[in-house]
Amino acid sequence: MRVALFIPCFIDQLFPNVGIAMVTVLRRLNVEVDYPAQQTCCGQPAFNTGYWDEARELAARYCDIFSSAEAIVCPSGSCTAMVRNFYPELLGKTPRAAANTFEFSEFLVKKLGVTDVGAKFPAKVTYHDACHALRELRLKDEPRQLLRNVKGLELVEMTEAETCCGFGGTFSVKFPMISYAMDEVKCASIAQTGAEYVVSGDSSCLMQIDGWLRRWKSPVKTISLAEVLAST
Amino acid sequence: MKSHDTADQFRRAAAAKAADPRHRAVIQKAISSYSSAVARGKSRFADWQEARSLGAQIKWETINHLDRYLEQFERKVIENGGHVFWAETAQDARDYILHLARSRGVRKVVKSKSMTTEEIHLNDALAEAGIEAVETDLGEFICQVRHEPPYHIVTPVMHLTKGDIAQTFHEKFGTPPDATAEDLAGIARRRLRQEFLTADMGVTGANFAIADTGMIAVTENEGNARLSVSVPRLHVAIAGIEKLVPRLEDLAVLWPLLSTSGTGQALTCYNSLIGGPRNADEPDGPGEFHVILLDNGRTRLLADAEQRDALHCIRCGACLNACPVYKNIGGHAYGTTYQGPIGSVITPHLRDAEEWSHLPYASSLCGACTDVCPVRVDLHHHLLHNRRNAVRRGFDNPAQRLAFRAWLWTMQSEARYAWMTKLGAALMRLGLAGPVLRAWTDKREFPQPPAQTFKDWWRANRE
Repeated sequence: MRVALFIPCFIDQLFPNVGIAMVTVLRRLNVEVDYPAQQTCCGQPAFNTGYWDEARELAARYCDIFSSAEAIVCPSGSCTAMVRNFYPELLGKTPRAAANTFEFSEFLVKKLGVTDVGAKFPAKVTYHDACHALRELRLKDEPRQLLRNVKGLELVEMTEAETCCGFGGTFSVKFPMISYAMDEVKCASIAQTGAEYVVSGDSSCLMQIDGWLRRWKSPVKTISLAEVLAST
Repeated sequence: MKSHDTADQFRRAAAAKAADPRHRAVIQKAISSYSSAVARGKSRFADWQEARSLGAQIKWETINHLDRYLEQFERKVIENGGHVFWAETAQDARDYILHLARSRGVRKVVKSKSMTTEEIHLNDALAEAGIEAVETDLGEFICQVRHEPPYHIVTPVMHLTKGDIAQTFHEKFGTPPDATAEDLAGIARRRLRQEFLTADMGVTGANFAIADTGMIAVTENEGNARLSVSVPRLHVAIAGIEKLVPRLEDLAVLWPLLSTSGTGQALTCYNSLIGGPRNADEPDGPGEFHVILLDNGRTRLLADAEQRDALHCIRCGACLNACPVYKNIGGHAYGTTYQGPIGSVITPHLRDAEEWSHLPYASSLCGACTDVCPVRVDLHHHLLHNRRNAVRRGFDNPAQRLAFRAWLWTMQSEARYAWMTKLGAALMRLGLAGPVLRAWTDKREFPQPPAQTFKDWWRANRE
């Protein structure tokens, strides 16, 4: 099977290891990967801030760039939801590329039928459900199935697993105090589990959580699902 | 600039509550017991999701044929001996009630809990006219004593502990500062009994207005609404036009949806169906029954096909309780009659769209509200629609507009994007975060920009 990688802009710029880890896992599973180099951003920041005309330009650009891909895999539920759920509303039609875009854990479990990727990660972890993955894409069990098959990994659930971390893109800078309070609630729930790592499929949530944890010198570390699955 | 004042006030109030750990603890405790009750409540349904769909269907049918159901309702109320007044604005509704009160020599009004009367600021209007208004729902009674608006559309004093209420009663009525919950309820009950017996007019809202019978349905837990409509000689019910349901039997779906989502109860303690004034052969009930059908901006929302489903709302409060923003900033910060996600969706339609354009942005768009709505209002997507509408109508900040144009120009070219990535990384390494980014980094550590981007890595490792 051959897939195209959709690496969201902030992952390219700030968290390249997440993209690299996804490539590692896909290659381990004998999936051929291709990366259309013209890609930049899916348009979500503009879309969520109300600038639908600007977002539409980038949506059209994305669909163009990925038009010939058999399947497109993305290490972010948020950007996948933008493409698959919101492009149809934004563009007034459903281009092939929009329908063919999948979040990483979704692609592994639902498209490839794989729940054991042969990873090893001996640590106690808790999983943060990113809102778009959970409520736009309805992915709840897929990442957990993958984690349960990682050797040495102990998964503990936090009370507030489904509660938003407070990032929300421009929301976090428009209403920093609200965003901070939400971050605090999330991190308190993470700390209660006694986990060494908090794992998530979305790096923007992890950035928000990690930013708080490091500021408060918490021993808990953040790591993306892709990086856990790439570990051996 | 009215709109800036309103937005600034919201920002300040929200920031203050978000940083208040006591507030957070009180609300977390209240919502956590609510959540357990709701989980138990939902488990009593054979299929909760199917029940939501049925509820949504009933309200969809109503809202999309509202003209027909409103007229049917009016005919039935008149047949039953009642009166119907169509109030286009809050002012029209207040004027009608004041005129009625004056012409019937009303000196005292007892009220059961009604957000619609909050929306039209009825208590202030009655006070100005020299008519005493007494809130008889315990929560609303406490709000009235404290001169505070309701904190929550269903749970008006969710933000107060039993100790806070004992203190309020101590200050106001001289009761012991350590009174128990039973004592406090007893104090309120004794005071309110006298009010019912001496009131001339009872004012209620309506949870539902039933088109095929001309009845209104009032849901409550304390029996105070039932007393408000049966003791005084006049009953005025005020209902938003969206409160219609086509048939009496629709309540078989909507009552349990409302009670389960509102409080976790299988059914609320008292569900009254009020069909008109007292008949000649009946021992009690009001001599006159008036229903005010309130528009006050609702037809603007009705005209918006995209967001019309926001009129499905049965005011259960579930979206407030699910909302992480509400839980952190509380109900008063919004400055609106209807708080939380539903308030942020409908307030820009019901009131000034520009003045309230900040509310749809005060959300991380997490979607928790949409998942709990018992009548499937597409809440968080409507927040997005409101944002788009605000930009279309030019309510956005010009600097932000320019920034997004520049951002688009960057993102439309691989080369410009690469150049911007390098520039951003260089600035960050120098610790030069712009003011926008600083709002985030003030309280958090920003990630160190990596040595290479994914694009760089791919060029070296494409095979």
